[in-house]
This record gives sequence, C-alpha cells and structure tokens, in this order.
Amino acid sequence: MAYLVNAARDLAEVLKKTPADYLEARLEENESSYITYRGKGLESIGRATSSGGNIRALVNGGWGFVSFNSLEDLPSRAVQAVKQAGLAGGGDVKLAPVDAIKDKITTDKNPVAIPLAEKKQLLDSYNDIIWRTTGIQSSNIAYGDGRKRVIFLSSAGSFIEQERADVSLRITAIAAKDGEVQQVGMSVGSRGDFTELTKLHKEVEESAQRAVALLTAPAAKGGEYTVVLDPILAGVFVHEAFGHLSESDFVYENDRMRELMTLGKQFGGKHLNIIDTATLPNLRGSFKYDDEGVPAVKNYLIREGKLVGRLHSRETAAKMGEKPTGNARAISYRYPPIVRMTNTYIEPRDLSFNDIIADIKEGIYARNWYGGTTSMEMFTFSAGEAYMIRNGKIAEAVRPVMLTGNVFTTLHNIDAIGNDLDMNQGGGCGKGEQMPLPVSNGSPHIRIQHCLVGGK
Amino acid sequence: MEHILERARKAAEAAEVFLTSSEETQVRFEANRLKHLQSKQQTGIALRVIKDGRLGYATTTDPAKAAELVESAVETARFGAEVKFEFPGKYDYPRVAVNDRTVDSVPTENMIAAGTKMLDIILRHTPDLVCEAEVSKGSVNVKLLNSRGGQADYRKSFYSIGVGGTLVNGTDMLFVGEGDSSCHHLTDPKDVTDAVLWQLELAKNKATAPTKMLPVVFTPNGFASLVMPLMAAFNGKTVLEGASPIGNKRGQSVYDKKFSLFDDPAISYRPHSRPCDDEGVPSRRTPLVEKGTVKGFIYDLQTAGLAGTKSTGNGNRGRGGPPAPSASAYIITPGDTSFEDMVKDMKEGLVIEQLMGAEQGNILSGDFSGNVLLGFKVENGKIVGRVKDTMIHGNVHQLLKDIAALGDKAHWVGVSLQTPHLYFPAISVASKG
Repeated sequence: MAYLVNAARDLAEVLKKTPADYLEARLEENESSYITYRGKGLESIGRATSSGGNIRALVNGGWGFVSFNSLEDLPSRAVQAVKQAGLAGGGDVKLAPVDAIKDKITTDKNPVAIPLAEKKQLLDSYNDIIWRTTGIQSSNIAYGDGRKRVIFLSSAGSFIEQERADVSLRITAIAAKDGEVQQVGMSVGSRGDFTELTKLHKEVEESAQRAVALLTAPAAKGGEYTVVLDPILAGVFVHEAFGHLSESDFVYENDRMRELMTLGKQFGGKHLNIIDTATLPNLRGSFKYDDEGVPAVKNYLIREGKLVGRLHSRETAAKMGEKPTGNARAISYRYPPIVRMTNTYIEPRDLSFNDIIADIKEGIYARNWYGGTTSMEMFTFSAGEAYMIRNGKIAEAVRPVMLTGNVFTTLHNIDAIGNDLDMNQGGGCGKGEQMPLPVSNGSPHIRIQHCLVGGK
Repeated sequence: MEHILERARKAAEAAEVFLTSSEETQVRFEANRLKHLQSKQQTGIALRVIKDGRLGYATTTDPAKAAELVESAVETARFGAEVKFEFPGKYDYPRVAVNDRTVDSVPTENMIAAGTKMLDIILRHTPDLVCEAEVSKGSVNVKLLNSRGGQADYRKSFYSIGVGGTLVNGTDMLFVGEGDSSCHHLTDPKDVTDAVLWQLELAKNKATAPTKMLPVVFTPNGFASLVMPLMAAFNGKTVLEGASPIGNKRGQSVYDKKFSLFDDPAISYRPHSRPCDDEGVPSRRTPLVEKGTVKGFIYDLQTAGLAGTKSTGNGNRGRGGPPAPSASAYIITPGDTSFEDMVKDMKEGLVIEQLMGAEQGNILSGDFSGNVLLGFKVENGKIVGRVKDTMIHGNVHQLLKDIAALGDKAHWVGVSLQTPHLYFPAISVASKG
C-alpha cells in the first residue's frame, strides 16, 4: 500500500505540471480468491493479486487513455496519454466542475483473508444439501471475494484513497431426467461481509427441490399476460427496463434521444418512484466517490411517474447543463470510467402481495432471475421461476419464462406496487466490455399489465 | 518465468507457468466524431502446481512477486481438485499462422482514417443516424513452461474494425451494426459497411408479425445468439456431469443430416487461432457433429482425465481464470441454398438478424426465448419490412433436427463462429402485432 501511495504522490506532481486541459489517474491494488464446484467435488480454487493503473487526459475535446500494470516510469505514461488526447481532439468537451477532494475511505472487511478451509467448509455444506435432494443431476457453485484499493488523483488537486471489499456467491442446482435438463439458481453478494453468505441452507434446499419439480412442469403458452414480479425480478426489471435508459452517455450527444428523455416527461403512473443511489450503506453498488472523484448522491430518476433525473459523468452533466451525480464507474484500472448504475430501486407503496394478485383471473407470477438485457427501447429479462395465477391464487408451476417489452410503454403498464422492498445483491452489470460491475437493484412486488411472455 | 517454475518445483511435484503480455491501441468514435484514443499494456502470470495429487492455482500481474505466487498456489493446492492429468511434455506444435508483423506498423492516423471512412459511408446513406465506430490493433505474446519439459512460445497480432448506429424517431429506435476482425491489417471496410447499409435498407419499411408458428431464416448474426445454448451441450464439463441433452448420444444421429459442426483453432490468421491451447496441448480440428451425427465434445486436460478421454486441445483461459474447455472457433459447414432463395421460398416468415436475450434462459436444456431486435417480415417471397415487439421461442436442439436449408456461404460472426444462413421450417413466434 505504501508503494502505491508513494507512486500516487509522485504522479500528482507530474499531473499538475503536464500541459493538458485535464488529467486524472487511478492506481489500484487488488487481491482476490475464488472457489468453484461442479458436481459433487470442488472444481477449482485459486488466489490472485494484481496491480496497475491508468492515466486519462483531456486535450482540446479529445480523450487519451493509457493503462498499464507496471507503476514504473509514470511521467512518460502521462506524456503518452496527452499525446493521444491531442490526436483525438477537435471537438468540444467540458467537464462539470467538482471540488478538489482529499479523502481516505477504509474498510475493516477482508473476506480474502478468511481461511480457505472455512470457505470450503461452508460451500461443502451447501453442495451436500443439493446432492441430498432426490432427482438432482449436478450442481454448480461459484464463490468469489475480493478486496481493492484505488487511489484517484487529478490535475485539479483531488487525491482520494478508497478501499472496498466484495463477496459473491452463485449456487445452481441442476435436475435431469429423460434428456430434460432444468436448473434453479440463486445469487447473493455482500460488501465484503462473509457472514451474510453463511445462512442460506434453507434457500439452497428449496432451490434444489424446485429444480427437480421443474422437470415435470409444463411450459407457459406464449402471449400477453398480466404478470406479477417478485422483488428480485422486479429489481432486474427496473435495472434493464429503465436504469440503462437513464445513463446519459447514451443521450447527451443524440438530439432525438434528448428530446425523448426531456425532464418532466410522464413515464408511468403517479405511484411510481425510481431511485439510483450509491449512498446506501452496505450495498454492493455503494461508494462515497465515483471513479472521477465525484461524491455519490441520492438521485430520483422518476418521481410520481415523471422523469426528474438521470445518471451522469462529469462530461455528460456539463453537456446537458445538469449537476454531476457520481455515476462514472470503471470495473478496473484497465478501463476508463463510463456512466453506470449503482443501487437502483422502485420505492415501496402500500399494497400487500395478496392485494396485488387478488383481481387476476389468469396471469403469471415470475420470481428470481437468470438475467436481463436491454436495447434502450426494448428489454428482455428472464425469470428463474414462474407460476400461473388463476382467479387470484398462485396455481401450478410452469417452466421459467422470458419477458419482453417496450421501455416507453411498460412503465405505464405497472398498475400495482407493493409494500415489501427488497434489494438483490447477487447481480453484476455489463456494459460495453466492462463486466461484471457490482451493483444492486430492488423493488417491492409489482404488477404489470399486457406483458409479452415467450412460450410455446 | 524460469525462476518461478524453478521455485514452484521445489515446493510441489509438478508446476506450469503461463505468461501473457499484450498491448492494444484503440481508436473510438462517438456521436459521429473521433473521441477517444486508448492504449493498454497488460501482463499476467498464472501458476498451476500439483502437490500431493491436488491442483493449486494463483495469478499475479507483478513478475517480482514470485515468492508470493508460489506460496498462494501451494496453499490453494491443499484444497484443490484431485489431479487427473499430467502436464504435456515437449511437442512440435503445428504451424499456425497468427502473427502479421505489418499490423505493428499501422500508424494511428491510418486507424483514424479507417474509422472516418466507415462513418462517412454510413452517414451518407442515413444522415440522421448517430454512429459510433472502433478500430483496434494489438498483439499478444504467450509463453508456457511446465516441469515436464513442455514449452510454448508464440506471438499473435490482431486487428478489428466495427461500426454501429442508432436511429431514433419518437420512441422508435433502430440499432444497426457490424464488425470484422483478423490477425491481418483489415484495409477495406466495405464488407462491414455493406452489411450495415443492408440493415438500414431493409428496416426502412415497417411490418407486423403474427402470433403463430412461422418459417424463419437466421442470418449469421442472428444465429450467433443461439450458439451459447447450443454449445453448452458440447462442453465436456456439461457432458461429464450428465447435464447435456446430447451427452450420451455420441455416434447417434441427433440432428438434421445437413448439419455439420466442428471446432478449428488452426485456421490461418484468425484471432482465436493458435498452435496450442493454454495448457500446451497441440491445436487440432475437432468434429462435433458430422451430417447430423454427434461426433464429440470439447475437453481440457482435467475434464478429459475425469471423463476417461483425451484433451481436444480446448483448455482455454479466460481473463485470469484457470483453463476450462471452451471453443476456439465453431465452424458450421455451409449448404447450397442462397439467402435469396430461402426468402423466395417463404410465403409468410421472418428473417432474424439480431436476437436479444436468447442467452439468458435455461441454456442447458437448449431452450431459448428472444426479442427480435432486428428482424424482417417476409410475405410471398419478399422482405416487406422490419418487425418489432416480437419474440421467438424454441429449443435449439429440436430446431436443428429439421433444417429446411443451409446458406451457400459461411460468414464469420465475431471471432468464434463461422456460419451460413440457417433456414428453419417452423418456429414459435409471439407478437404484439
């Protein structure tokens, strides 16, 4: 750590002297470990350390970016970044002003240091539970942890040291019979707190049982349905169906997108509030400063159904004449920061789960997730479990379904929002070549009318 | 790296050091103009050890941390999987041409000019499009050394171009894009820009799809979405754990007789080609399906050992990860029907160029659902316009049992798939119309 800090201090002087419109750098140290299981036995186990950094320069509206592992000879890297920025220049780029910040954020969590034996023992116990279930064909477990120190410094005088720790676990139970294969997975994660992963025995058992039950479940018929999403899947929905559209790097240089995303525009009913914030404690998308040294804020994206905010980097904020929101993030020193979500959720209202399903004659209750993706206009996300709703009651299980819709109409079709907000910490977000980025998302139960479901 | 191997041999029965170092220069255009220039240098060292019959693994980016690297690998070996293989000894690897030195000397100005040219061509066709483009070049050095005398050392060059655009009309959006890559310098972007212009032309008119079973032609880009659910079934690990729907069907006729598929890491100047895999096993062509009959699966050393078979030379390392079976390049053998004839053959059907979400479901079973992000309606043998709000649903293994026709030309999609157009007689379509 001392080596990293010293290198950063020296570099800070270099950045101040190097001629450019703006310069910043991130130096980073990582340590991590992982354990995977495939079937009854441990498949692989390993440890990794890495260190490296980058320098980013802005010259005459062009960005230069240089990344490296070796922290030797940083002054010449700075020169290289400036030279590249000069070659790319010729446009108009402004950065929203931020204060020069000097700060140091530490964490006392270090999951990497927990003995491998302890981690293996826990994973063994989960794998045993899966294999005790009759009808199980295989299991997959992927555990990973990491601890990271990042120093951000800029030619404007910021010098911010941040540490963070992260733990993630995905467990999949696989059932097979007569050439049919079905799987049920669960994903959890935490801000480096290993103990949050140690109480999942009952959930693992239920997942395994559900995987076996899916073998005999029928597939839903494709078409339009009233669907009810559980908090986990609704969280994936809000991330895919609206969160990505709020990323203003997609909007700021596209006049027609800007028109479409005018603040004040009605996106949903009065009961709909959507928030993105990195300020919540102990969530995987949380931090105090983003990778441009901008402080995190609580950011309403939708309030009472109206578009009221979006996610910004310094560049997109300046271009759109709005305040920076601290959403410029990079997965590692190898990449420049781009506009990303943090913790994104739908605010809870007052309906109970029973209120939400009571009026539905025929619908689908979709829970849990495999994944989701968006084109900005259209989104798809897939449920890990699905049940028919018949006459206001949860009825038979069906094969997991994929749901799709149009972002601009589907939010209007949310006609009921529950009172049971839950944050899902198990996912990782991908954008461009940068994935997985730790984020969380959440929601209470929600009901969506006229949702297109894929099926036979 | 010799000193790391030496140190590891003292602490363990066997060891293998794998080193990669790469550099890449990237030119990026955003919102129709040049915006970013990036250069990335990267080094990684991975150490595998076998101690008391168990496998340990550690990686670092810092060559000076040899002692810590060995210590970490040995520590993990206490808990590691029981080893079912030996590191390969010395081989004469096949000559696989993957290094074109002329890529090194391509000036950044040329890359900028190439990007500008692609944008010019596309914006001339559709001035309202907001485009991005990317031109990248670079090289990677790979070195492998193990305690049984195995050693590999090769250099690979790579060059890629890509262009995409977004057209927004109210809440209606169109996304177009195409790319190409090679170990050679790509000097002519015409194929790439032609593909984008084709997408733009066909998307001009709108059409609606019904909710019913329809014949569907997948373009090479469109079929790429189904590769993940298909290929999960050919991974030796999936087969070993009994989770592959075709795992016990080697030698059986499972698919349409027109369907043949193999993995080939030895094609000259392809970015995924190499003389040996990341465990030092020589590259070779592996037949997976021949005329509908399942011929084989892909293996790395450990999975092959567990399965009682031999590595197919598919021990590939993702970024920083240990070797695992993964394909180099899937090649689907072309047929004899032109794309035009496929379209002519459909009274009512779809052509799918981009499918979104097909990788998300229960891919082990081969089931897929996807939103037709870019697809076209065919009526009476003619493409009439773009369809939206449309999903397709099916099972890739079922689909491949009955292929109406395969295209007469194979196209690369990205770096790891070469496929012709595929024409299927009936797929379930759900649409808001």
